[in-house]
This record gives sequence, structure tokens and C-alpha cells, in this order.
Amino acid sequence: MRFYRWLLRLYPEGFRAEYGEELCRVHAERAALTTGLAAPLRNAFAAVADVLPNAIAVHVDILRQDLRVAVRSLRRTPGFALTAILVVALGVGANTAVFSLADFVLVRPLPFRDPGRIVKLWQSTPAYSRNECSPANLRDWGTLSSSFAGLAATTTRPANLVGMGEPREVQLALATPELFGVLGVRPARGRVFSADAVDEASIVLSDGLWRSQFGADPAVIGRAVRLNGVPYTVLGVMPASFRYPHSTIEAWAPLALRPENFEERDDTYLEVVARLRPRVSIARARLDMDQVSAQLERQYPATNKDLRVRVVAIREEVGGSSRLLVLALCGAALCILVLACANLASLFLARGLYRGHELAVRSALGAGRERLVRQLVTESLGLALAGGAVGVIAAAAGLPLLSRLVPEGLPLAGQATLDLRVLGFATLLVLATGLAFGLGPALSASSPSPRDALGTGGRSTRAGTHRIRATLIVVEVAASVVLLVASGLLIRTMLRLQALDPGFVSDHVLAVRTPLPRDLYLITQRRVQFYDRVLEQVRALPGVTSAAYVTGLPMSMRGGIWSATVEGEPAADAGASAVGLRFATPQYFAALGIPLRRGRDLAASDTRTAPNVAVVSESFVRRHWPGGQDPLGRTFKLAGMERAVVGVVGDVRVRGLEQSSEPQVYLPPAQVADSSIIGYSPKELVVRTSGALDPMSLVPGIRRIVRAVDPDQPLARVRPLDDVVHDETAPRSTQLRLLGALALLALLIAGLGIHGLLTFTVSMRERELGIRRALGAEAGGIVGLVMREGLVLAAVGTASGILLGYAAARGMGALLVGVRPEDPLTLTAAGMLCLVTAAAGSLLPALRAARIDPMTALRSE
Amino acid sequence: MGTDRELPESLLPLPPATFHILLALADVERHGYAILQDVEQRTGGELKLGAGTLYRSIARMVEQGLIAEVTRRRSLGDDERRRYYRLTPFGTAVARAEMRRLAQLVRLARARGLTPGPEPA
Repeated sequence: MRFYRWLLRLYPEGFRAEYGEELCRVHAERAALTTGLAAPLRNAFAAVADVLPNAIAVHVDILRQDLRVAVRSLRRTPGFALTAILVVALGVGANTAVFSLADFVLVRPLPFRDPGRIVKLWQSTPAYSRNECSPANLRDWGTLSSSFAGLAATTTRPANLVGMGEPREVQLALATPELFGVLGVRPARGRVFSADAVDEASIVLSDGLWRSQFGADPAVIGRAVRLNGVPYTVLGVMPASFRYPHSTIEAWAPLALRPENFEERDDTYLEVVARLRPRVSIARARLDMDQVSAQLERQYPATNKDLRVRVVAIREEVGGSSRLLVLALCGAALCILVLACANLASLFLARGLYRGHELAVRSALGAGRERLVRQLVTESLGLALAGGAVGVIAAAAGLPLLSRLVPEGLPLAGQATLDLRVLGFATLLVLATGLAFGLGPALSASSPSPRDALGTGGRSTRAGTHRIRATLIVVEVAASVVLLVASGLLIRTMLRLQALDPGFVSDHVLAVRTPLPRDLYLITQRRVQFYDRVLEQVRALPGVTSAAYVTGLPMSMRGGIWSATVEGEPAADAGASAVGLRFATPQYFAALGIPLRRGRDLAASDTRTAPNVAVVSESFVRRHWPGGQDPLGRTFKLAGMERAVVGVVGDVRVRGLEQSSEPQVYLPPAQVADSSIIGYSPKELVVRTSGALDPMSLVPGIRRIVRAVDPDQPLARVRPLDDVVHDETAPRSTQLRLLGALALLALLIAGLGIHGLLTFTVSMRERELGIRRALGAEAGGIVGLVMREGLVLAAVGTASGILLGYAAARGMGALLVGVRPEDPLTLTAAGMLCLVTAAAGSLLPALRAARIDPMTALRSE
Repeated sequence: MGTDRELPESLLPLPPATFHILLALADVERHGYAILQDVEQRTGGELKLGAGTLYRSIARMVEQGLIAEVTRRRSLGDDERRRYYRLTPFGTAVARAEMRRLAQLVRLARARGLTPGPEPA
């Protein structure tokens, strides 16, 4: 019997109170009829079989009934229902979208086996914390360290894929054969290359390249392709999830390190990845590598001075500012959720008061409190689910936009997606939201005793409710001020960045890349001939004012750092001698609108036989020959060669607008030994057109010219230089638009909240306000009285919001460039905007209060 | 709650348990256990309602206005602690409507030449 009573708890409380005793009695009478040894067991079994389905059915019955009542009551107030659904949709949608992005960028395991044990190794110096590594150092790391089960290295470069229609540039990763083992990935088809010499001319395709260029042909394995004019055999195809080292890589070929590659210890171009041995922690690996680098420093002081190894878990590779950006978005989305809940709770409280009478009647008719709360919570959960569905759909639609914020440098597929985990999160969010704004008001609405609400009582409850709603308004205002401050600071940063001079003029410039495979263009003279022939004809095209070849486009190629030293200067550390190295043909400065300050441009006459020259940027001159010394004719040493300065040009922000760039050194492409620093040979063609001509219209002409000079050269990355600059600021403007949109929404919700509260207050105080009018209060005085209430709440909210906003801004300091978190303009503007919104929200109710006719107000009581 | 008391036909077809409870209350007011016994006897033990099914049905039928609890009842032989139920006029109407529906079905089947045949052993 006790068991049966316990089982009855499965029923809703109201049902149990009504029928529990009867149920027990009937059950007892039934049980008494059962005889036999196993009778207790059979009775217990029968009880479960009877109670369980029926209890569920009773719950469903009540739910159905509650939903019917809810729909009916919401249909009577469609404005309320619509507002509630929209506000939930907003909160849930924003959070779902941002959570999927955060999950994708920061949380989801990378598509490798046991990814927690994979680390990346970087050479670090006091000046640069993440340098690539040289083959010689890689070899020594492997032999001296004891922490890794395997090390692998990659280097990436574009390559010409020829033989299938138009030549096409593909992004190729050259990898040591250990790569696939270290990452623990298997090919989807075929096999990957091994350390055997037979695999030297083999290639593994990415899923994307296999589909786009080989029509997903399963017979591709073993097929011959030509890469940079050399025949390669397709060995295998990787699964679609495999992207390494970056999301843009399309194929992998073996990186063959020859003895001569190990000669120069400071020739650094390898990205190193390693798998920790079982039971070796990352901390121990760091200690291990500290010892290794100390030993190498003693052994090779010339190249390895101050050189340490940074061991980073592969998940941590996500850059600090991307991480911060995602976290900032999470914060903003949570703000919106808090706002949404506060607003809805306030709405429901008000509605609870309006419905006080209805609830009291139902309560008097015998509905228990549990029953009433259940009814109200069903209503709020129903609204939450409806809003949640809308929100999730909106989030799914908005994800492609958000995915633009995913940094390209990650070994991840390009786009975040909604998956089961995210949907689960969204569901939890919806339930939490529904309970947060539904339960409190339901409890308070159902608590007054029926007599109170039926009679004239209940004023004290109303006052209590009013206090809660006022607090909620303060929370709403504060949350929107936080968002306004954050987005305001980002807007200021953006404006400041846009006002910065990048050092070059990007409009009316076409940029094209011709890959110039290194094996075919090892000889300097051959490259120079290619440049000369192409440039001569391109310059002859109508509308072209200047054209040049250069090593890399500013903001696209950000590194390229070498050390340049001036005779007689004390030996400085690597940071103080760093320069950005570029080779450039004549007319480069004209084509990019980089001002020539002194001396001359690089010239066709700067050949192998002529004296070695260089053009340097102004900051290089300031660093080495300060105080107005004449730099022309002075010399410095770079890559073992003495160079004389023949010209000075303006500085270019090659590292992008948000970072400072090293001084730049430009060298003539002819003045370099065959196959030396081959990675720096110019491949980017830049063409400036006269005002009226669209640079893109030149493309067919240029394609013809390049094909005539070398039929195997594709034109890759054809785009206006404006696009390069735009790409540089795109993530920031996306982030700004997002945060700005969230802030405006927050402001709107808060404004509506104030409006709703005051409208309600005015209708509650109608009698009092009427008496005031009757006693001679001016309409203006009444308006002031009501508005003061709204403004006081707004002021309290704004003040706390500004404090919180300042704290949040300090947290996102790395996203701000040239703007301090306490930027007074932003803080003031955010506060003012909120107060103005509050005033606007208060105005209508205040005017309504002033129009109250004393006679009607008094009569209605 | 009875706010949406519609035509008797709107509740048809009735779940078997509901119809049997209506039948049990057709002639006399009964308490829950008596209803169970009556149903069991009438169907020759074929339909054995569980206590849970019974009271879930009762709760819904009270809600729908088919039956009502008898508030005052003091006749000989009654158990005071028991709760008794009676048919409401609406309940009677619904029971009749269900009967008409079943009879109509049987007529239709006969018109098609269908006969019940011998009782299965």
C-alpha cells in the first residue's frame, strides 16, 4: 500500500488531492481479491501498469486543456503574444547563433585523432613570438627532445595545376610524410604518401579539389596531373573535414628536405606540429623544449641567440583577438537574453495583475494554486517555445553572416553549422527563459487570496509588483548601456582605423598573381625577362598609367621580415633591426601611389652587374639615420649583401591598419643570386589605370599577354586592390554591425519596457492623478510627475550600466585600437542615448496622464 | 469547466471506458469501486478497468459535465466515506447519442449483408 501511495506522486498534485484516497481504497479492495504466493508482486506490477500510463495521460489532458485556455487568452491579446514571441525570438536567436560560432571556433574538437595531444611548435624570439622553424632546427628538435611521439612540418605555397582546361592555381601544402600520422587522420580514398622515395612526386587531394577539379571521380587514384609543369601521381583523397594547416589548403605533396636545406639555420619556413607522447603533459613538453633550445643556443650562438620554442595546444592557436571577439559576442548575446527575460517578466507581471480577477474567480471555483501556476507556466512556456522556434530559424539563417568571423588560419571547415548540441543548447535556453519570465509572475499572480483580489484589496501586492518591475527596468537600461558602450567603442575604433592612411592608394588598381613555379623560374634572369616582357605589354594597354611586379601585396603579405644592419651601429636585438623585405620592379611606387620622398625609383638599370641598391621607407631612415642626416648613398647589410640607399618612400601599413609595421626595404628583382631567397621573387602584378577605366576591364588583355609569354601561367586572385583593403576591415565591420544591431535592439527593448511600465502605472494611478487635477494641479506638473518616474529609473540604470560597460570595455581592450575603454565621448553618448530613449518611452504615458479628466477618473471608482 | 459545453455529438465516439461508466451510472448513483464491479459483471469479466483508468476517466467526465459528484446522500447501506457519482442530463444525452451512433453502425453493416455470425468460442 505504501508503494501505491508513493506511485500516486506521479499524478499532478490537484488530481491526487481530489482522487488519491479513492484510488487507494479501490486499489486495496482489488488487492484483497488477489491470492497466492506471488500476490504482492502481482499487485505491485498491476499498480505500476495502471498508474504509469494513466498519470501521464492525466498530465497530457491537463496540458491540452491549459494550452487551449492559453491560446484562447492569448488570442484575446495578440499584441502581447506577438511582443512576447518576438522578444523571446530575439534572445534565443542571438544566443543560438553566437553559441554555434563560439562552439565552432573555441570548443568543438578539431577533426584529428585525440586532438588534445596535438601541439604546434613555434620559434620565438623577444621580438616575434610565433616564427616558423628552419629544417636544421626541426631536425635537432626531433633528436634532442623526448616529449613527442612524432613531429611533422608543413610549408604552404600556391602551385599551378595544369592539364585540365585552364591552368588553375591551387593552395598546396608541402608536408613531411609524418604529418598524417601525427594528426591521426586517414584518407577517404587511396593512401597518403610515405617516407619512401617512390612517393616523391605524389599528391593527395582535398575533398574540395577532388570534387571541383576531378568531378569526384573515384578513378582519380593513380591518375597523373601536372603541378608546376612536373608530373605528379594522385595517391589519395582526404575526407572533407580535413583542413591542415589552414582552411584554404587544397592539396598535399611531400616536402623533400635535401642536405642543402639544412645548411642555413636561420632560413625559417616550416610550420611544425607534434603529437605528445602518452602521459606527457604540455607543461613537461615546454620544460623539455626549453632545455633543447638552451642547448641549441650554446651550440649555434650566431643563429639561435635568444631563440626559444613555444609549445601551443592546437586548440589555443585561435588568435587572441578572434577569441576575444567571440567572447564579446557571447557577452552581448547574454545581455540581450537578460534584457529579454527582464522585459518578459515585467510584461507577465503586468498581465498577472490585469488577470488577477480572472485568476481569483478560478481560485474561488476550486482551482488549486498548483493548478493556476501550472496554467500560467504552460502559457509562458508555450510562448517561449514559439519564440524559440522563430529564434532558431533566424539563427540558422544568420549563421553564414556570422561565419565570416571565423578566422581563416584555423584547420577547420569554413562554416559553423547548427548541430544537435547547439539545438539542445537552444532548447535549454528556451526552457530557462520560459521559466525565468513565467514562474515568478505566476507565483506572485496566484498568491493573493481570492478574497483580496475579488474585493478592493491587493494594493500592497500591486505595490510589490511595481517595485519588482521598476528593478527590472533598471536592469534592462543597464544592460543596454553596456551594449551601447561596447559598440560605441568599436565604432570609434573603426572610424579611427578608417581615418588612418594605409600608405598607399588602393582605388583604380588591379592586382593579379602569376604563380611562377619556383622550379621553372630558379634563374633570376629568367624571372626578370618574364617581368620585362609582361610589364612592357601591360603598360602599353590603353588606360594603364603604371604597372609593376612586387613580392607581396600590402595587408595580404604581412610578414617577410629580415634583419638589416648598418655598419658601425651597436648590434641590436632582432626586433630593432627587423625590416619588411620586398622585391619590386620599377613603377611599383607609382602604381600603388606610395610617395617617393627622396632620390629615385628602382630602375631597369639596377642589374646584377650594377651596384647593389635599395629603396627604403621613411621609418627606416628615422631609425638608422635620425636628425635629418642624408640617407642617400648610405649603406646597410641585408642577407649578407651590402646595399646602397638610392631612394626613400613613404611607409606602408603592410601588417594592416591595426598593427604597426616594420620599416620597409625594396630591392630590384635582378639583384639576387639564382635560386636565392626564391620565396621572395615577385609574383604579384599591380596595374594602375587612369580615372575613367574600371581596372577589372583589363583582365582579358592581361590574360592574353601572360599566356603569350608563358602559356602555363594561370591568372590567380584577380581582384581590385580595394578588395584587399576591404578584406582587411571586413571582419571588423561585421563585428561592428553585429554588436551595433544588438545594442540598438537592446535600446528598443528597454524603451518599450519603460513605456509599458509607465502606461501601467498611469492606469493604476488614474484616481490619484484625477484628484490632483481636481485640486488644481497643472497638466505640465502631471507630465513632469510621470516622466520623473521613468527618468529616475533610467538614470539609475544608466549609471550602473556605465560602470559595467567600462568594466566590459576593459575586458575587450585588445579589440580597441587608439581608443581607451574610458573614452568619455562614448560613455557620455551611450548614457545620453539611453536617457533620451527613456524620455521618449515616458512621453506618451505622461501625456495620457495629463489628459485624465478628473470627473471621469473619480466617477469610475 | 463547462464553458464550452457543445452538442452531445461533439464528444463522439466515446472511449470504451467512458461509455461503460455512463452505463454503470444509468440506473443508480454509484461510487468508484461499485462502477468497476458493475462494468466487470456486465461484460462478463472482459473489461477490467484499473483504478487509474477509472479515476482519470471520472476526472475528465466531471470536467466535461457528463457526470457529477453527489454532494448529499444519506440512504441506508451507503458508505459515508465514499464519493458517489451520478449521470447529468448532458451525460444522458451523450450516452443516447453514442447509442444512436452505434445502432446506426450496426444498421449500416446489416444493410451490406454483414451478420455477426456465431460467437467465437
